[in-house]
Amino acid sequence: MKYIKLIISFVLTIVVFYALNTKLGAIPPIGKFLNPAGGVWQNETNEVLDGNVNIQGLSASVTIHYDEQLIPHIFAENEVDLYKAQGYITAKHRLWQMEFQTHAAAGRLSEIVGSDALSYDRTARRRGMGFGADKSLEKMQEDPEVIAFLEAYRDGVNSYIETLDAKNLPVEYKLLDYKPEPWTTKKTALLLMYMTKMLAGGDDDLEYTNMLRKFGKDRFDLLFPDFYDITDPIIPKETDWSYIDVDITKTPQSELPQDTISQTIEKPHPDNGSNNWAVSGAKSVTGNPILANDPHLGLNIPSIWFVMQLSTPNHNTMGATLPGALGVISGFNTHVSWGETNATRDVLDWYKIKFKDSTRTQYKYGNDWKNTNVRVEEIKVRGAKTFIDSVIYTHHGPVTYDHNFMGDNEKSGYAMKWIGHTGGNNQRPFLALNKAKNYEDYVTALKDYTAPAQNFVFASTDGDIAIWIQGLFPNKWKGQGKFLLDGSNPDHDWQSFIPQAFNAHTKNPERGFVSSANQHPVDEQYPFYVFNDGYETYRNRVINDFFNSKDTFSVNDFKNLHNNNYNLKAAELLPYMFKTMDVSSLTSEEKEIYNQVKLWDFNNDIEKLGPSIWRAWWYKLYPMIWDEFDSETEAMTSPFAYQSIYLLTNQPNDPFMDIMETPNKENAHDLFLLAFKEAAKELLDWKATHGEYHWQAYKATRVSHLLQGLPAFSRFDLPIGGDASIVNATSETHGPSWRMIVEMSSPPKALGIYPGGQSGNPGSMYYDNFVDDWAIGKYHELNFLPNATSTNHIMATQMLTPSN
Amino acid sequence: MSKTNSINFVVTIIIAAILSQFLPWWSVMVAGFVSALFFNLKRAATFFVPFLAIFCFWSIYAFIMSSANDFTLAKKIAVLLPLGGNPYVLILVTGLIGGFAAGIAAIFGNILGSLVRK
Repeated sequence: MKYIKLIISFVLTIVVFYALNTKLGAIPPIGKFLNPAGGVWQNETNEVLDGNVNIQGLSASVTIHYDEQLIPHIFAENEVDLYKAQGYITAKHRLWQMEFQTHAAAGRLSEIVGSDALSYDRTARRRGMGFGADKSLEKMQEDPEVIAFLEAYRDGVNSYIETLDAKNLPVEYKLLDYKPEPWTTKKTALLLMYMTKMLAGGDDDLEYTNMLRKFGKDRFDLLFPDFYDITDPIIPKETDWSYIDVDITKTPQSELPQDTISQTIEKPHPDNGSNNWAVSGAKSVTGNPILANDPHLGLNIPSIWFVMQLSTPNHNTMGATLPGALGVISGFNTHVSWGETNATRDVLDWYKIKFKDSTRTQYKYGNDWKNTNVRVEEIKVRGAKTFIDSVIYTHHGPVTYDHNFMGDNEKSGYAMKWIGHTGGNNQRPFLALNKAKNYEDYVTALKDYTAPAQNFVFASTDGDIAIWIQGLFPNKWKGQGKFLLDGSNPDHDWQSFIPQAFNAHTKNPERGFVSSANQHPVDEQYPFYVFNDGYETYRNRVINDFFNSKDTFSVNDFKNLHNNNYNLKAAELLPYMFKTMDVSSLTSEEKEIYNQVKLWDFNNDIEKLGPSIWRAWWYKLYPMIWDEFDSETEAMTSPFAYQSIYLLTNQPNDPFMDIMETPNKENAHDLFLLAFKEAAKELLDWKATHGEYHWQAYKATRVSHLLQGLPAFSRFDLPIGGDASIVNATSETHGPSWRMIVEMSSPPKALGIYPGGQSGNPGSMYYDNFVDDWAIGKYHELNFLPNATSTNHIMATQMLTPSN
Repeated sequence: MSKTNSINFVVTIIIAAILSQFLPWWSVMVAGFVSALFFNLKRAATFFVPFLAIFCFWSIYAFIMSSANDFTLAKKIAVLLPLGGNPYVLILVTGLIGGFAAGIAAIFGNILGSLVRK
């Protein structure tokens, strides 16, 4: 009896141990997790910011001053030490994020979250994310200095990882029960690929192919014109291009494949975008040029940005860094300031591949067969078997779609040609910008930058302002790559690249300002082929109108413009709707909503009802217009908002306006009413559960934790107005991920803020302490220290010292 | 509380406190086990004395860690688990989990101890 009891109690002990030590579904290993001596309670603390830390391989001591915003100011004796310290300090505050983002880039999320992420990971592998990172690392090997910096950064990160034991791992590791792996130079390359995918990984070629086949060229061109009737391009229209002595590629005589494609991989979020602008000294109240940048990315926490000052005896730089990459990405130094917006361009094309047979070892190219390569992608899956996905590579790129992935033909597939696979040393340009002293340095720094193409705005204490649209762009024949191309026809390959010197740019334009907001880079006069690949058409006009509205501008004007909520899109359609819609059938409840929106001043301010009504109305109207493209069997897309509104107001009786499933023939004016009635119903239902539909509540902007938006670590219902297509481009989940304004006095004076906090630890008071100020449009002064001995507004100092 | 109960209670906490500095969370199971091995308990006390000891140790430890930081993280974890966002409930749960693990291990230790002594 005693022995039976012994065995039972022993088994029970083992069971309890196992149950509390194991991650069960979404529940962390609860004994381990709640242990006050080693679990999550150990993260219930602010960060240690003082004392000495020994770091292997430093050549001299590095001083880290922390200011009251937990911004580290790093003073090193040379660049190798600087980037080592940057790696160490970034890891100290953002390690989990650094690893998570690079795992996402590499298609390795299944390793940590299990089979839920398998389709995400497969897509990443089939995009050739790892292949692209390998290529860029190969390219960077040609630049030994950059490799030395990447290695210093790596060693810095790893010095931090070595200080960790189980009890001081970041919370997310404890939650998911895994451990960090060492940082590598490839991870930096993967992070740059992550940005390239986010900003230059979109296209609609396959959707366009379906639509062209179905509706014919005339109808397609009506829906997707290369240029709109209004264009206010980044490079002013009056620019003289006569210096360009290279011709556009000649259009070959050939046929495009007319395939039917049923589904395509996920696109980057359409709300990714940005604003930047600068005014010249002559147009500035103080006489100093002023520059601003606000990249609109996913509003995540920990933020994609981490603010730092990076300094050696030869340069002193401050601004937003990307955890995982070296140097400052959007910022300023003693002499110059710079910032980026995305230069959307079609740098991703699809080629139809015809394999010789089902072994797929050869594919048709010209009159011959060319050999394929295979990249075996091994996807480790937590709690399940490793998934092997072999991706076939052609000279175009990976055959993303084949019979194993979203396709069904064993002998054909679609290969991706993407600038992300070209290999580029895209770390060097940023490091060179960090040290730039004038316009010439800036131009030299940008030369070799390939992707993701950006509109680099620039201002200097010398008084210059400029903007360069920089990236590696194929010199395409007119129409090339708008649709699926023939991978067996050598004429369909990218023939050459636009010489870098002929990338569109402007320096000190007559109008006294430069700006970009993801709009058309140039107008039709630019000699190379550029077509509307999703260019923004609203923010840019509001920005340019503002800078044309008066003679001089101040930092305060810049703040107001960042926070400008004017909804030009609504202002261009609503008056027409009011004029043409038959309101006789509205019920009294509907009439009340109608009157509310009629009184609206087109500003998306948080307390207003108008923006919510407009949103509900437009979201009902848009799919009604384009019901023709809602298909299960063919991937299609819908025209952009600008062209949709153009057609509504200029061709209200176009057959596209008809709703196909009703027997009646609707025109645009009928759609206004139908959509309004549906929107009114939705608003009333919303009101019944949530209360008044003012814009803040109805839009409900949130800043979501990177890990599946865990509500516990996220912030909700932020009091911020704006929306996509508005200068204050804050939608539910996207918006100004960093706002910076720099006045080019000597030394420059800068403001900056982002929706998050410097610390990645949800237990720290610095985890989300910028969020509230950001939402209400406030800025923090960036404390640009002149040197290491300055301790102005410094709350703690840490020394990194060489260890022997 | 009998004398053995009190001794077991105190010894369990002391062992747990020492082991927690260099062993993972299951050090509380070792503490419950070892303490019961040497200080034999009777009936319900077999479970409840070590349970109470570790309940106190973990919840007080958690409270000290968290109150020093205004319960910033505890409030969030209490949303995550989900415990209504109440940090005190999280502290209570922490104590219960630790106490339960120690109590079960102590039953095993108790039975083994009495067998060895015979």
